[in-house]
Amino acid sequence: MKGMTIIVKEVTTLVIGFILLYSINLILTGHLTPGGGFVGGVMLACGFILMVLSYGKEKVNSLISDRSTTVWDCSGAFAFLVIALLGYFAGDFFANFFAQPGNFRLFSGGTIPLANIAIGIKVGACMAGAFIALTLFRGPAESFPGGKL
Amino acid sequence: MAILIVLSLFVILAAIVAVEAKDLLSTVISIGAAGLMLSVIFLMLGAPDLAITQVVVEVLCLVLLIRTAILREDTTFEARRDRFIVAAGLVGAGLLVAVAYAALQAMVGFGNPLMAADPESLTLANQYLNHGLEKTGAANYVMAVLLDFRAYDTLGEATVIFCSIIGVYAVIRKVGKTTT
Repeated sequence: MKGMTIIVKEVTTLVIGFILLYSINLILTGHLTPGGGFVGGVMLACGFILMVLSYGKEKVNSLISDRSTTVWDCSGAFAFLVIALLGYFAGDFFANFFAQPGNFRLFSGGTIPLANIAIGIKVGACMAGAFIALTLFRGPAESFPGGKL
Repeated sequence: MAILIVLSLFVILAAIVAVEAKDLLSTVISIGAAGLMLSVIFLMLGAPDLAITQVVVEVLCLVLLIRTAILREDTTFEARRDRFIVAAGLVGAGLLVAVAYAALQAMVGFGNPLMAADPESLTLANQYLNHGLEKTGAANYVMAVLLDFRAYDTLGEATVIFCSIIGVYAVIRKVGKTTT
């Protein structure tokens, strides 16, 4: 049997949407409320790990492979560096070069939400990639309580 | 204040249990308990950013550590204590307590943060607090410091995570590994 029991699978199906939505909320509103890119990214990875543990690695591996986590990881880090380098248009490294339409709104903060999104993608992909590396890169003979992983 | 001391003692107790337990699973669970209490302390001291980060990272570490610890056939282990190591540890702990006591005498008292001491003084922290919103547009000052005023540090932190994950891939990869 792949993954855990039917109870775990059903509960995972119910809560996985809320976990992913809350992590995206933490990333996007990190400049307004407590949260931010790092926390949201780690929570994305936690939701992904929940899916791997409950459904088994074969089903989830069709969604995200170890190759694609590496690509997302590198592109997130690259995007953060590009945001930093774009500050040279305003004269300095990491300069906040966007116009400010108003405080306490979603599109305020200039480059801070963009950097949050980049860090969120990077951290989520690399944490999920570490778990995938621990799960996939090993022989098939090892068992796991509650089902074969 | 009293409940903070109780929670801190619980964290220290859980850390001692984590070091002294003879079972790997007990160690992992004790680390989780210590981290959870630490996040409650952060929340009570008014740092919700830190509390969220602590809880989420603690859950992730717990899953990863249990995942790796459970694969060993025998999770118990016996550690032999060398007398010299114990003596050196005690001397080091005594030195740490003495130096920390001397350092804590020079610090501002607990509950009187340095930033709120004098709002009109021209320190760097007061500049962040007084002009953070108009300069960055971010209502959350933690993010304003992390990603605008001190973004260079965040770039270094992202680089550290990147390198550590590359190290994980390099150590436990399958392709290109020769079995001996």
